[in-house]
Parts: sequence; C-alpha cells; structure tokens
Amino acid sequence: MLKEYLTVSSVAGPLVVVEKTTEVKYAELAEVRFSDGSLRRGKVLEVSRDKALVQMFEGTIGMDVSTAKVRFLGRTQELGVSPDLVGRVFDGAGRPRDNGPQIIAAKRMDINGNPINPSSRAYPSEFIQTGISTIDGMNPLVRGQKLPLFSAAGLPHARLTAQIARQAKVAGTKEGFAVVFGAMGITFEEADFFMRDFRETGAIERSVLFVNLANDPAIERISTPRLALTCAEYLAFDLDMHVLVILIDMTFYCESLREISAARKEIPGRRGYPGYLYTDLATLYERAGRIKGKAGSITLLPVLTMPEDDKTHPIPDLTGYITEGQIIVSRELHRKGIYPPVDVLPSLSRLKDKGIGRDKTREDHSDVLNQLFACYAKGKEARELAVILGEAALSELDKLYLAFADAFENTFVRQKESEDRSITDTLDIGWELLNSIPHAELKRVREEYLDKYYRKKGQ
Amino acid sequence: MKEARIAKVSGPLVIAGGCLGAKMFDMVRVSEKKLIGEIIELKGEEASIQVYEETAGIGPGEPVYLTGEPLSVELGPGLVSEIYDGIQRPLDVLQGVSGEFIARGVDVPGLNRTKKWHFKALRKPQEQVSAGDIIGEVEETPLIKHKIMVPPGVNGEISDIKEGEFNIQECIARVKGASATHEITMMQRWPVRKPRPIKEKFAPVEPLTTGQRVIDTFFPIAKGGTACIPGPFGAGKTVTMHEIAKWSDAQVIVYVACGERGNECADLLLSFPDLKDPRTGRPLLERTVIVANTSNMPVAAREASIYTGITIAEYFRDMGYSVAVMADSTSRWAEALREMSGRLEEMPGEEGYPAYLSSKIAEFYERAGKVACLGSEGRGGALSIMGAVSPPGGDLSDPVVQATLRVVKVFWGLDDKLANARHFPAINWLLSYSLYHDNLREFLKNNVAEEFIGLRAEAMRLLEEESSLLEIAHLVGIESLSFEDRLVLEVAKSIREDFLHQNAFHEVDTYTSLAKQYRMLKIIMEFYRLSREKIKEGVEFERIIGLPVREKISRLKYIAEADMGHFKEIEEELARSFQA
Repeated sequence: MLKEYLTVSSVAGPLVVVEKTTEVKYAELAEVRFSDGSLRRGKVLEVSRDKALVQMFEGTIGMDVSTAKVRFLGRTQELGVSPDLVGRVFDGAGRPRDNGPQIIAAKRMDINGNPINPSSRAYPSEFIQTGISTIDGMNPLVRGQKLPLFSAAGLPHARLTAQIARQAKVAGTKEGFAVVFGAMGITFEEADFFMRDFRETGAIERSVLFVNLANDPAIERISTPRLALTCAEYLAFDLDMHVLVILIDMTFYCESLREISAARKEIPGRRGYPGYLYTDLATLYERAGRIKGKAGSITLLPVLTMPEDDKTHPIPDLTGYITEGQIIVSRELHRKGIYPPVDVLPSLSRLKDKGIGRDKTREDHSDVLNQLFACYAKGKEARELAVILGEAALSELDKLYLAFADAFENTFVRQKESEDRSITDTLDIGWELLNSIPHAELKRVREEYLDKYYRKKGQ
Repeated sequence: MKEARIAKVSGPLVIAGGCLGAKMFDMVRVSEKKLIGEIIELKGEEASIQVYEETAGIGPGEPVYLTGEPLSVELGPGLVSEIYDGIQRPLDVLQGVSGEFIARGVDVPGLNRTKKWHFKALRKPQEQVSAGDIIGEVEETPLIKHKIMVPPGVNGEISDIKEGEFNIQECIARVKGASATHEITMMQRWPVRKPRPIKEKFAPVEPLTTGQRVIDTFFPIAKGGTACIPGPFGAGKTVTMHEIAKWSDAQVIVYVACGERGNECADLLLSFPDLKDPRTGRPLLERTVIVANTSNMPVAAREASIYTGITIAEYFRDMGYSVAVMADSTSRWAEALREMSGRLEEMPGEEGYPAYLSSKIAEFYERAGKVACLGSEGRGGALSIMGAVSPPGGDLSDPVVQATLRVVKVFWGLDDKLANARHFPAINWLLSYSLYHDNLREFLKNNVAEEFIGLRAEAMRLLEEESSLLEIAHLVGIESLSFEDRLVLEVAKSIREDFLHQNAFHEVDTYTSLAKQYRMLKIIMEFYRLSREKIKEGVEFERIIGLPVREKISRLKYIAEADMGHFKEIEEELARSFQA
C-alpha cells in the first residue's frame, strides 16, 4: 500500500512542495488527487530528507493545500508500448485522443530513455529521397539523421513538413517510413492540417500521433516529445521499423521549460532560458540514430519557429549545435512566391557526404552540390552589386551569375507541393543550370564529371 | 564513524551528510546502485557530490560510500585505439555489459586486466633509476611503442626486472628505494585534476603540420602550442578538428568529444581504422585515443572528460612523444561547469558562468607545452592543445571565447559567410592570427624554403588589399579600378579559391604537405609577379587573366603528393606563357 500524504505546504505555478516525506526518490512519478476527485500526475524534481518538490504535468488549477492527497508511485514516467500504437492518436500525456481503446502494454518503457552508447551507433549513410530538390540535391537527409527545419511565423513549414512525411523513402525503394508525430503547443488548425493530410494519403496507417494543442496544459509539453521518441525507439529498435519523428514546434517546448525554470527560481541563462537548455535539448535530439545490428532507424525532423527570424536566438542556436545541420525556411523566397522557400546557402546537412555518391545517388552528386552552392552564392553577390551599381555595371561573368541565381530559384528551388522529384531529375536540373557557366569557372567539379555531364544534354 | 547518507538529490547534484573526513575531489559511490560521483564542496559534515550518472530513482537515506581517493585514470598499455566515456570507462566494454544503451552503475576498469603484453626490459638489475626513467617497452600498436616508466615519486636501485608476457597488474620489476621496495607494474594511476610532473618547459619552435593549407601556411600552430577554433554552428569546427586529428604530424592524438554529437563519434570510430597515416601508412586508429561523452550523456561526466583526456595525453608526452589533444567543444564543458555551479547556488559571473571560469580555462591550456620529461634520458615531449569553442550565435564576446583567447596563441576564427559560400575550411584570414610565426621562422627557413615566409607575407598583403579594394569596387564599380588593382583582385581570388579553399572530402585535397603548399603558393605568386611586369609594359589585361595556364593553377590542389613532378611542368608552362 502506498502512503498518501496530506502534507502539501505550497503550490506555485506547476510546482508543489510536499512535506514530511520519507523514502521518496528523485524523478519518481507522483499522483495528486484534488478535492474534486480528479487525479493529476507529476514528477519529483528535487528531494531532501523530509521534503519533495513535485512538478505537475497538467497544471495546478483547482488545487488546494489542505485537501490535496499525494502518492508517490515508486517508478518514473513510463509509456506502455505495443504494436497497437500504430495508427492511433494520443494527447500530450499519452492518453488516447481518438476515442479508441486504451493500449494494452506489451512492455513499459521509461520515457527519458538511456543514452545510446556511441560505440554501438552505426553511422547513418542511407540516402533518403524526399523528392524535394533543395533537400535531396543540396542538403541530403540520411536515415538516422536529425535535421531540423528552422522556420518562422507565417511561413509554410507545416506544408513542407507534411510533404516530406508523405514523400520520404529510401532511394530506389518504395519503402516508406513509419511516422511518429509529436505536436507541442500548435493550434488546432495546424494539427488538423496534419491529421487530415495523414488521413487522406493513408499515412495514418503507419503513424502514431501525440498531440498537445495550444490550449492544453503547457507543462504537459515537457513529456510530449519524450513520449514520441520512446514510441519511436520501440518501433525502430524492437519492431525493426524505419521511423521518421516529426516534432513541431520546439519553440513551445522550450518555453515550457523556461516556465518551470522560472517557477523554481533558477539562475536564468540567455533570454531567461535555463542554463541546461542545451543538455535538455540534447537528451531529445540525440535519441535519433541507428544502432549496429538493428534493422530499424530513427530519423528526427524537429520544426521550430525562430522568434523574429533570428537564427542566433537560443532555441535555434542550441538546436543547431546539436543537430546534424538545418534546413532554413526563408521569408525572402516566400515573398517571391517560391515554394518550398528553402534558403540553401545557410542550410546544411552534415551527414550528406557518406550518404551520396556512386551506388547511393550518383557519382557526381557531391561535386554538383558544391558547385551549385558556389555559383548561387556568387549569383547572390552579383545581385547585391546590381542593386547598388545597376545591372549595367556588372562584368559579363557577374551577369551570367546573376542570371544563374534567378534560374536556380525558379527551376531548382521552386517545385509543386505534389511534385516528387527523383534525385536523378534533381541533378539533371542542376547540370542544366551549370551549363550556362563557362568551363573554367567550374572549379569544384572533377574533370571526369565535367567530361561526362557538362553541356551534354540535348546534343 | 558515522555512516554517510544522502540528504538531498537535485539532478546531478547529491548532498550527503555524515561525510566527516572526506576530502575535496574525492571519489564516492552513491546509493546501492554505486553511481560514481566526486565531492565538489564540503560544509561541516555535509558534502556536495556531482554524480557522473543519471540520478533518477535515488533518494534521501540511501548510503554513500567514500573511497578516499581522487578521481583518477589508469595509464598503461591498452589505451591506444580505445574509446572511453568521460570517466574512462571503455565504451565497448560497457556495451558488452549493458547493451546498446548505457545503463547506470556499471563499474568497469579503464584498462584490460587480463590481456597479456610482451614486456621488453631495457634496464638491468643493480642499475639506479629515478622517477620517469624508462625501464622497458611494450609494442602497443605498430605505431606506438609504449614506454614503461618508473612512476613519479619512486627512486632507487633495480633489484629485479623480468621480460616476457605480462598483464598490467603483474609485477615486472622491483626498485629498492631508501625506505621501501617498490613493485612496478605496467599500470599507473594518476588523479586527473593534477598535472603530471615534468622537468622543464621550453618555448615551442617546431610546427605541428596539419596538412591544412590555411593553417600550416598562414596560421601555424607549434608542437607544444595552443590554439582555439571558435565559430557558430555549421561553420565547420568539427570537420576541421577531425581533419587535424587525421593528418597532423603528432605521434599520438587524444580526441575529446565533449558534449557533442553521437554520430560524429561514430564517424571517428568507423573511419579511423580505415584511414591511413600519410607518413607511416598505418591506420590512424593505431595512434588515437578517443574520449567521448556525447551531449546526452550525464553532464557531470562531461566536465570530467576534458581532464581525463589531457591526463592520458600527458602520460604519452612523458614517454617522449609529440601529442595533440583536440577538445570539441570546450563550451560544452564550460556549460557543465555552469550547470553544477547553478545547482550549488554559487554567485554567478558573466552569462551565469561561475566566476572561476577563466582560471579553469587557463589552467587547462597551461597543461600544454614543449617539455623536458622526467627521467635521466633527457627525453623531450610536446603536448599541443586545440580547443573548439561554440559561442552562442557565433558571438565572439561570449565569456568562454574571451577567456580562451586570453591564453591561447593561435586563433582560427570561423566565418559564417565563408561557410555559406561553402568555402572550407571557413577560417577567416583577416580575423585569425598565430603568435608562433617568429618561433617557427628558423624551422621553416631550414626545412621548407628560404623564401616561404616572404611569399606568405606577400600573399597575406594581397588578401588584405583585396578586402579594401572590394569595398571601393562595390561603390564605384570594378571597371573604374586600375589594371594593377584588378590584377590584385584576380590573384587574391586565386589565393582564396585555389589555395585556401580545401575540400576535406576529396581524396587528394584533404591533405597537403608543407612542400606542396610551398610549391602551390610559389606558382600563384610567380603568376602575380610576371603579370604585374607585363601590365606595366602595357599588355592587355584580358589577355593575361585569360591565359590557359590559370586553369592549371586552379587544379594544382588535386595533384597527388606522389606526382610532385607536375609542378615543374606547370612552372615551365607559366614561364612560357609570359614569354609569348
């Protein structure tokens, strides 16, 4: 029989102090029965000889000090997993949201997980074709990578994310991904967009959704990504599935974290976010990956909205330091009416080099990618110059680059929301663009590939 | 004696009562799970302990076991090719014990206890030895002869020494000292926070060549020197660090991945056995020790990982090797300090970092140096440290960057703009500096070429001139510049694109020897000299910059080290082009 404490001494925000406790453990799960009979859960944040600090997951509205009853459950927060999870929708705390039955757990897993041993990791090297040129061609994604989408308010990151989820497959196969979708603090409309998209395309059959909406308790958001990732670990490493985890929107998650930190009166780091934000985010993002000897994989695609489009804000900044690159959604391209508005220059995929090339995509991929980057960067420089001096003042070469940059945005970057380009198509478009640049300027491409592809098409 | 018991748990910080007699930085075991921790504060009978493992499920009243010993590493044969976590637990052994995910409370020794090594004795009985003397060696890998040294503090006469197959705990020699006889094994233990003793320190005078052109030619680091490489994410810190780890001419590399990505560690682990050292042709792993405490592993162990790495490096330095430590990234280490400081409720300094941040950083970098090792053989060793710094938003006013810049001698400043244009290594040539130019002058003169330093200064001048000319060109248009200025722009562009830009993923371009760097730079500067003369003579500018030999210059970097003969041909072609 578990002890029931009636000794709550203070409640502040999501934090509850329970006195005269014995045998309470750090990070243990607690259950609080309110005077109206409702039951809410929380977790021990700090414990000393006769006192425990509990963080409530679902808020403390309606709680009073004299009648609240607290029980400590002797275990940490867990997710009951079974193959039946697939195809279901849950709320941010893991309760069914789709009127379906409770899951009968085949196994219970601690939602905090354990770190993957670095020497057990298999290096991600299988190219994922998303059908989007700016990603496949310029910043290729590989299985087991964590690649965030840096977006901002008012940009079409939701459409882009949904397109990736729909089209992602390993090159040369029809094999799709199981999608684990974790929504933190997004609006009903956004969540509805995803759910409709998943239903219409049938993707829901291989998806698990954890949805915490903007009006759900903010504190619940702390558990939502952990539930999603625990579920993904089960699917990937127990059931050998290839899992794509989408976490949207990490900004709201970080704000919840800040809320708790402020309630605990911790010394704040930059912009009021706690000093351990990096470590906390790392314990989420680092759960992506592949493990030697296991067939499954976890590919992670967090989405975050940058406050004021500022890449140096702590949330995108720390995310960028942990993830293996970033895809940047640009307001400038969006204003020009280009979809998907991915700005390739500041975007980056760190794991691309092992995932592309002969037998994976095409032997010239790496060189083409580098050359396109260099040419587009020069084109944008020329464009800036043209603004100051007028186009007439540009040298012939600069004019070529300027035309290149325009063409690049219009044919390479721009594509339809329903367009699923193969990697060969993407590279061929790249070569068509490079054909406009003189041979001597193409320093990043090996001679043999120039011989094979340069100005060859259409002859 | 009262038993030590947990009084409070708050994340990685545990406070225990009844710790009378415990010393600062002693190792302790926390709870029945025997989690590893270290005492970082003492108040009366209460000790604050930073725990190197996850503390979930630990509560007040559980026991704390005092060991009375500081956090130490084990030093001996078996270190090389190993990958450790922050407190020297071999990750492959951990995997054997707890599977693919790291479980808690696993106690495994740093060195293999059962493996037999062939010990070759180099000293004989009745000889006098003192601390640091080499009494024998073990061929640990074909690249590393592991010298077995008399441990610090031991002096006397060898009474007995054996040769043959031993494990690291078996006695291989006895030394009769003034008061006692010491049994010497192949293993030593050393507390990580205490620098290993040396005889003397010197100013470094030899370059640590890295095969990276922008570094070796323009901003070199010396063997025994210190460097830092700050930059925003995506600017290429880790790739540059990996390149240096692969190609630098240090004999032993200790790579500390501190709070970084798990996949990057996997990359090191998977690529190092296959990559060959350009000088010896042996796999690079045979000279590398990796300490990996990824960002999701416990934060306190991250703090320790830097010290674990540097202590292992010092041990190899003591054998007389040139050792390079790469710490990626020191910001994560500083953040670990900040997190523990916050939990101890210390008064914060800048940005919430503890006030002792800069002295800790200075202490760390000061463990580098070119030294005379202990021991009577007069060995010299060198320990170079290169630290990556990850300032928030790439902002160099960050306290960790500033504290680091005050102590290091070389600054490789990474630039976001260069990275976006895929100019790698994105080391900004106008921002970076090296204070070793003077120290290395003699060496470069004697070993590369007399004129190398002059060429470098000239090239640097062109790059600086380029940046001011470009400003003018942006205002008035490039056409209005004189031909001589336009030539400077063309040549500076050639230096940037044909020399400084280096592709880490190209099989030839990834490594360039000093000799090849000199030849490349010489051809580019020779082109400048000849063109300038011709322009003065009134030859058309377009004709000069349109010379076909320029395309050859742009592909100099792809000439393999084995085909250095090609340089002669191109030099001749260059001369011919200008005769016409």
